[in-house]
Amino acid sequence: MVEKAAAPRIPAVRRALLRAARALTTPLLPDDYIALLDPRWSTREATGTVVRARRETDEAVTLVVRPTHGWPGHRPGQYLRIGAEIDGIRHWRAYSITSDPEHPEGLVAVTVKEVEEGKMSPFFTRDCPPGTIVFLGAVEGEFALPQPLPPKALMISAGSGITPIFSMLRELERRDALQDVVHLHGTRTAEGFIFGGMLRDLAERHEGYRLHEQLSAQDGRLKTTHLDDLVPDWRERETFMSGPREMIDAFVEHWEGEGIADRLHTERFQPIIGDGSAEVGSGGTVRFRVTDKEATCESGVSILVGGEEAGATLPYGCRMGICHTCVGRLRVGRVRDLRSGEVHGEEGETIRTCVNAPEGHVEIEL
Amino acid sequence: MSTESGPSTSSIPDTQDDARPGVSRRGGDPTASNPLHRLTPEQIEEIGEAFQKIHDEVRADLGDRDATYIRSIIEFHRRLTALSRIVLMASRYPPAWLLGTTGLSVAKILENMEIGHNVLHGQWDWMNDPQIHSSTWDWDTASTAASWKHSHNYIHHTFTNIVGKDKDVGYEFMRIDPKQPWEPFFLLQPLLNVLVMVAFEWGVAIHDLDLEAIRKGKKDKRQLRDELKGIAGKAVRQIAKDYVLFPALSGKHWKKTLKANFTANIVRNVWANAIIFCGHFPDQAYTFTEEEVADETRGGWYVRQLIGAANIEGSDTFHLMSGNLSYQVEHHLFPDMPSSRYKEIAPKVKAVCEQYGLPYNTGPFLQQWLMVQRSILRLAFPGGQERPKPGAYVAPPEPPRERPTVPGVAGPVPAFP
Repeated sequence: MVEKAAAPRIPAVRRALLRAARALTTPLLPDDYIALLDPRWSTREATGTVVRARRETDEAVTLVVRPTHGWPGHRPGQYLRIGAEIDGIRHWRAYSITSDPEHPEGLVAVTVKEVEEGKMSPFFTRDCPPGTIVFLGAVEGEFALPQPLPPKALMISAGSGITPIFSMLRELERRDALQDVVHLHGTRTAEGFIFGGMLRDLAERHEGYRLHEQLSAQDGRLKTTHLDDLVPDWRERETFMSGPREMIDAFVEHWEGEGIADRLHTERFQPIIGDGSAEVGSGGTVRFRVTDKEATCESGVSILVGGEEAGATLPYGCRMGICHTCVGRLRVGRVRDLRSGEVHGEEGETIRTCVNAPEGHVEIEL
Repeated sequence: MSTESGPSTSSIPDTQDDARPGVSRRGGDPTASNPLHRLTPEQIEEIGEAFQKIHDEVRADLGDRDATYIRSIIEFHRRLTALSRIVLMASRYPPAWLLGTTGLSVAKILENMEIGHNVLHGQWDWMNDPQIHSSTWDWDTASTAASWKHSHNYIHHTFTNIVGKDKDVGYEFMRIDPKQPWEPFFLLQPLLNVLVMVAFEWGVAIHDLDLEAIRKGKKDKRQLRDELKGIAGKAVRQIAKDYVLFPALSGKHWKKTLKANFTANIVRNVWANAIIFCGHFPDQAYTFTEEEVADETRGGWYVRQLIGAANIEGSDTFHLMSGNLSYQVEHHLFPDMPSSRYKEIAPKVKAVCEQYGLPYNTGPFLQQWLMVQRSILRLAFPGGQERPKPGAYVAPPEPPRERPTVPGVAGPVPAFP
């Protein structure tokens, strides 16, 4: 029930040998003993070693990682769950992969923008020197370039939402497919534009790539009303968009209004969370992914009780938060601990349904 | 769930004064013998808050130090196991046999007590490390992790010492409390006791099945089949490893290695049995009737955990080898707190006991163990009285402070100035 790294890719012979050796190590795995010699020899979880941290802007760093085992590959635009241990606790975050899927040395990179109040981003941007071991999750995400490549594309990005767009642009260049791409990017200042230098350079070299930088500190944020001026033919373009939630919501509505929503592909990074102002929270909705049930929990009602009332068959035990029978993995949203009132929960964390209530919409693997 | 089907042995009469209403309605009787009944509802509430505070402080402080601790214990266990198995390949030489068997016994004890039991309690789940997590862990014993988590973490730790609800009170075939009615079957108890000691892991595995429910036909057939399959699967793997494969690796002296593995399993079983029986069955521990704990609040739950368990005194090594279950009182108050913290919080628990006039049950290993054995022998026969319970905890007087040995210098003088 706990969030795991991906299973590394290892040769079938080695896997078979390990399986046979389990007879001698049960209930442990041969890997548990092999890891005593060198942790990287374990095949239980995919890991990687940070080889460098390249500073992109004052706030953003690209973390270049050498996977311990072979890299399964990815498509530009997809993201990677990456885990690291801070003060004894393993945390996970998902970041867009910004490296070339066919990197000659098999390296993988993600680009992280520091969030001041965050837990992981300050770690990755400041305290993650070469040699740090990180855990690698599965490559995920549907946000990727379609096949065949669109003849006319529009890229819209803002802030750190540039990362998947950057991957796509570089892929288009590599495949010599930058015939007609317009890119609108919202950034507070020109200096804070992650990959700004590389993209300006790309615009110089390729006539087919047109870059517009919207500096929100002086010209305001990128809005749908800008579209007709900046890209008169925006309705005809296959559009890829990544940025803050409010911005995406506004653009999605605009595309829907024109009846061309299927041409807009989006990537959201922020979950929708209840405001959590009251002591017992706002309550919310729960989707149980395994039993395929939906429940609504009023303020102060635990996920377990709400789920049972909705007819879901859920594991339970003490119902007071001590026995850890009722745990499920949180997939979407955040929860409120009914004992402390604290709102917590990260994607992939295991939570006890008996003492936690949803805070907004929650999806859980149970 | 079968265990939810109601009190299985509710025919047990309340042997204490008759017609005692629920605790919540009786609170604050200063003449009551059970400390739970002496407390007013307000006091119980305060005690609950005091214990919750201890819990929350530790929870907020967990970090690298704790992660390093459990990892080093796990690593030590694995190194010791591997080394012992290698040494046992030469088990035809008596010193190698002795060394390997000792190493393997210690490793198996650590694996069951300080690692397996505590990981399966979810004590280390906060690390979010899938390799040290209650949902993924399995241990070197006959019962499956899943069924043990149900019968132990849930049934035993929720209904602790409630006669008829907590199936660990006598494990359904022993009479260890005078509240349990005597049956002729219990005459076999002294014999069964020895059997349970040496075959403890198998006893635990069978206990998880919930014999009572099976006998009454209340157990879901499919669940029973799955559980039997689970135990059989584990048994096959355990037996193959200890009694077939590793002996085979020793070649023609396979018998010696087989004996070594058998010995290690017995040593582990006897030790685990002793520690666990000492935690609950010494005379000082209170048991409860279902009526007593009706409408129990969080504070009442804490008090029941506190007076239902008993500690064992010993050295740090002793605590480690007992999986810190020698801090059974602390463990029952905070079953999902990392075991390594029990020693640190013990003074705070004692302080609560002292403030509210509650007992803090503890004693040396041999004394606790003998008490348990005495009860088991005595209660094999009809009748039996509740043994006298300890009084309120009183902190021992503080040892006199060491005075500086050099005149005119304030404070202790450092050894190497």
